[in-house]
Amino acid sequence: MTDKEQYRIHEEPFYQVQSDEVELYEAAYAARLPVMVKGPTGCGKSRFVEYMAWKLDKPLISVACNEDMTASDLVGRFLLDATGTRWQDGPLTQAARIGAICYLDEIVEARQDTTVVIHPLTDHRRTLLLDKKGELVEAHENFQLVISYNPGYQSLMKDLKQSTKQRFSALEFDYAVADVETGIIAKETGIDTDTATKLVKIGETGRNLKGHGLDEGISTRLLVYAAQLIDQGIAPRAACRMALVRPITDDADIRDTLDHAIDSVFD
Amino acid sequence: MSKVAETPPEIAELRERLGKTFPAVDAVFNEYANEAIRLLSPEGVQDWLDGAKFLGKLGRGAEPMLVFLDKAPQVAAIIGEEAVGKLKDFAWQISRTPNGDAIVPFLQTAAAAARRLEGIGLFGDYLQLADYVMQETTTSVHGIVATHPSPSFVDFLNSVPSLLDRLSIAALKNWAEYGVKAYRNDPEGQSNYFALQSVDAHTMLQRERHGTLLVDHERLFHLYLTGLWETDMICHPYSLLFDEIRKPRPYLDKNGIHLPDVYDDQDGVPGIDRYRALLAHVAAHQRWTTPILGDNLSPFQHVAAEIFEDVRIEWLAIQTWPGLRRLWLSLHPKPAEGACPEGWCGVYHRLSMFSRAILDPEHSYQDTVLNEFIGRFHTMMEEGGSTTQDAADMAVQWYVKSRKDSDMSTDMFLDDVEIEYRDDNRHMWLYQEQGDEDYMPESQSESEPEDQDFERPMRHYDEWDYGTQAYRPDWVSLSEHLHPSGSAALIDQLLAKHMQVVKRLERMLDMLKPQNKVRIRFQEDGTDLDLDIALRSLIDYKAGSQPDPRINMSHRTDGRSIAVSLLLDLSVSLNEKPEGCNQTILELSQEAASLLAWAVDRMDDPFAIGGFHSNSRHEVRYFHLKGYSESWGDEVKARIAAMQGAFSTRMGAALRHAGQGLKQQQADKKLLLILTDGRPHDVDVKDEQYLIADARKAVQELDQDGIYTWCINLDPKADEYVTDIFGPQYTVIDNIERLPERLPELFISLTK
Repeated sequence: MTDKEQYRIHEEPFYQVQSDEVELYEAAYAARLPVMVKGPTGCGKSRFVEYMAWKLDKPLISVACNEDMTASDLVGRFLLDATGTRWQDGPLTQAARIGAICYLDEIVEARQDTTVVIHPLTDHRRTLLLDKKGELVEAHENFQLVISYNPGYQSLMKDLKQSTKQRFSALEFDYAVADVETGIIAKETGIDTDTATKLVKIGETGRNLKGHGLDEGISTRLLVYAAQLIDQGIAPRAACRMALVRPITDDADIRDTLDHAIDSVFD
Repeated sequence: MSKVAETPPEIAELRERLGKTFPAVDAVFNEYANEAIRLLSPEGVQDWLDGAKFLGKLGRGAEPMLVFLDKAPQVAAIIGEEAVGKLKDFAWQISRTPNGDAIVPFLQTAAAAARRLEGIGLFGDYLQLADYVMQETTTSVHGIVATHPSPSFVDFLNSVPSLLDRLSIAALKNWAEYGVKAYRNDPEGQSNYFALQSVDAHTMLQRERHGTLLVDHERLFHLYLTGLWETDMICHPYSLLFDEIRKPRPYLDKNGIHLPDVYDDQDGVPGIDRYRALLAHVAAHQRWTTPILGDNLSPFQHVAAEIFEDVRIEWLAIQTWPGLRRLWLSLHPKPAEGACPEGWCGVYHRLSMFSRAILDPEHSYQDTVLNEFIGRFHTMMEEGGSTTQDAADMAVQWYVKSRKDSDMSTDMFLDDVEIEYRDDNRHMWLYQEQGDEDYMPESQSESEPEDQDFERPMRHYDEWDYGTQAYRPDWVSLSEHLHPSGSAALIDQLLAKHMQVVKRLERMLDMLKPQNKVRIRFQEDGTDLDLDIALRSLIDYKAGSQPDPRINMSHRTDGRSIAVSLLLDLSVSLNEKPEGCNQTILELSQEAASLLAWAVDRMDDPFAIGGFHSNSRHEVRYFHLKGYSESWGDEVKARIAAMQGAFSTRMGAALRHAGQGLKQQQADKKLLLILTDGRPHDVDVKDEQYLIADARKAVQELDQDGIYTWCINLDPKADEYVTDIFGPQYTVIDNIERLPERLPELFISLTK
C-alpha cells in the first residue's frame, strides 16, 4: 500500500484569502466536484490548492504537465523487472486509490489526447479504466481532481477541449489588489510594508504593460523574489532589476520603462 | 580738439598708434578702446590695433575695421588672445576672394560662434570649415580664378550661431558639406539651404543634431504613460528651431500632448529624463486636474493658480512615485531669496520660490508669508481630497497676502522662474466668455483637413549620393497606383502558347520539395523505428496485453517559407524590339511574369508583382500588379495584360519600396527579383554613376533587412554596370526570346 502520509501537508502554507474562494472550494470538495483554477502565472494558484489540501487535511498529489506527457504517464504502466513485468500506478491512479486531491498543474501543456483520460474520473462515474491491466479503479470517496491553467498565455493551439472544460467548476484568480498583495509580500518575506508597497507599485506598472510588448505582467511570485533579495541585504533597485525586470523581458524599451519605474518608486 | 582733451591719456595714446583713419572710428574709439584695455593684455591690445589698422586698409570702407574693433576683444575674452590674429587673418583671406561682403558678417558672428565653441582649437576648426564653405561655393566661370561671390557664404555665416547651438563642430561640418555638395550647381538652393530655409536643411539638421529626438523614443514614452500612468496620449512634436524669441511651451489639449521634438541634456539630466519629467507632469495633470472657471481672476492670480495647481498635482504624483521628486528637483530652478531687486515686480520669482519649497523640503526660505502658505498647502494636501479649485483659491489668498506695491511695476524680475518641464496649463481653464483672452486650444486643427486631400499615399525615400557619401533625405517621391486592367484572356493565351515550358516547369516544381522536416509519430508504417514507443509495445507484449503496433515514425516536410516580390521595369525602352526578335521586350516580360506567377502560385509561396517607372525624382510611380495575398486570377492577369512602358528607370527608390512590402511578409526567406532591360536612368540626373551607386546602396539596405535581391537583365551590355549594383546576384539573358522560360527556371533554381 502506498504511503498516504507522504502526500499530506503538515504545516499550514501561507495563503492570503482574497474573497470567498475558500468557501467555494470547500463546497465543491464536499460535493466532490472537479475544480479548475484559472489565472495568470505566479498569482497563487498552486499555493491555494496546497492551502486547501492542508485545510481539508487531505493528501495532495501534484503533477506538472508537459507536452511529452502521455496518458500512461498519468495512469500508470507496466515496467520490466527481474521477474518479468510489474504494474506501476501513475499519479492519477494513485490519487484515485488513496483518496488524495490530484492537482494537474498547467494542464494545457499536456497533449489533448492525454487530457481525455481524466474524463471518466470527472463525471458521475468516478472510475478509471486501466485498459492494459484490465482493471477498473473505483475512485476513493475522498478523491478530487483539480487542474490549473493560465488563459493568458495559451496559444491558439493550447486550449482545453470544450468536453474537458465542461467537466469542471472553475475559480478565477488574479493578482491580489494592491493592499492585499502588499500584505502577502510582507508576510511571506518579512520585509517592511513600505518597501512591499513600492514593490507592488512596480508590479502594477508591469501589469499595465501587458499586451504592449509583455506577454505577462510581473507576478506576485517575482515580487516575493525581489523582496527576498532585499531581505538578503541587496539594494532595492538592484534587487528589483534582477527579480522583476531582467527575467521577464528582452525588449530594451520595456526594460527602460520598468527601470525608470523602479527609479521613480525608490526615493 | 576738445574731444581729444577729454580722452584719458592711455586711450589717446592708442588712438595715436592707430594712425590716421576713417572719421567714423573716432566717434566710437573711446568706448571700444576701454573695452579692449579691460579685456586684453598690452600685447593683445597691440595685436588688436594692428588688426584694425590692417582691415582699414583693405579698401572696403570703415565697416570691417569698426566691427573688428568692437568684436575682436570679445572673441579674445572668450577663447584667448590668439583669436585676434586669427580673425584678422581670416578676414584678409576673405578679402582675397570675391566674397568681400562676407567680412562684416564673419566678424559680427565670430563672438557668438566663439561663445559656443569655447576654445581656440575648436574655433580654428570653425575657421577651417568657413574657409571650406567659402572656397567650395565660390564659383568660377572660366576655370581657374574664382570670379563670382559665393551665393551662400553670408547666409552660412549668419546661420552659424544658431546652428552651433544644436550641432557640434563636427556635425556642423557634415551639415555644411552636404549643402555644398548637394547644391553645387544650384545657387538658389544653396542659399536657401545655408539660410535654413529649405526642408532639406532641416532634415539634415535633425539628422546631425545632438540631443534626444522624440521620434526615436516614441514607443518608450508610450510605454511610460501606459505603464506608470495607465493613460495614453498622442505625442505631437513641435520644433524649437525657429521660435528663438518666443519659445513655445509644451501643452496638453484634446488632441494629446504637444512637446518639443528634441531635448538636449541639461544640467546632467539626460534628454530622455527631461521628456519623462514632462510626461509625468502632464500625466499627473490629466489625472488630477479638473478645469475651473478663469473669468474672474486677474492675470497674476491666473499665474499663481497655475503654479499652485502644478505644485498640487506634483505633490500627489510624488506620493505614488517618490523618485519623481528627485527628477523634478533636478530640473527646477533654485530661486534665491531676496534676489528680486527693489522696485521690480517679483510675483513670478515668489511663485517660483513657493514651487521650489514644496518640492524641496530642505529649502531655506525665511519669508513668513511663504512659509505660512507652505504650511497651509501641506495641511490641505495631507487632509486629502483637494481639488483644482482648492489650489486656485489658495493661490488667490496667497496673492492677496503677499502682494507688494512693486508688483505693479513694469520691470518683471524673471530670473529662475522658468520651469521648463511644465506645460502651459491651458487645459486647466474654462471661460464663460470666450473673448480675446489667451484662449487658443484649437488653433492647430484648421490646417489638418489639407493633409487628407492626398488620396494616393505618397512615400518619400532617401537617395544615396555617392559624391557626398551621404543620403539625400526624403529625396524621391514615390506614389503607388493600381495598374489599369486589360483583358485577362491575353495572358491565358500566352500561357497556352508556352505549354511545353509549362509542362517542364511542372515537373521541376514537383521535384522542388522543401526541407524543414517534422516528425510524425505513432505510424504503423514509417521510415524509422520510434524506440520509445517500440519499447513500450514490447513491455505490453511481454506483460501479455495488446501491444501498440504504431511503433514507427516518419517525416514530413513542413512548408516552404519564401516570400517573393517581382519588380518589373516599365520604362519606355520596354517598347523596343530587340534585333532578331519579333516580339517587344514588353510582350516577353508579360509572358515571363505570367509564367513566373503561375509557377509561384503552384508553390503557394506569397508572391507580389510590381512595376515602376520614373519621371524625375518627384515622380516615381510604382504600379501594383499583384499583392501577396491576391490569388493568381483574372484580375491579376488583366493587369499584367495592360502593362505599358513609359518614362525612365529610377531603380533605387523602386527597390526600396518593393523591399518595404517584402519586409512586412513573415517568411524565412525573402527574394526580390528585378527584371530590367537597361541601366538606371532618369531625366533629372546627368551623372550615370549616381543612380547606379544609389541602386547599389538600395540593394545593400535590402540585404541588411534579410532580403535577397536578384537581377534579371535583358541588356546585352549589362556587364558594364550590373555587377556594380547587384554584385554576383544577377543573370543576363542574351537570348531575350527565351526569357519567359528562363525566368521561372531561375526562380526555381534560386529557391531550391
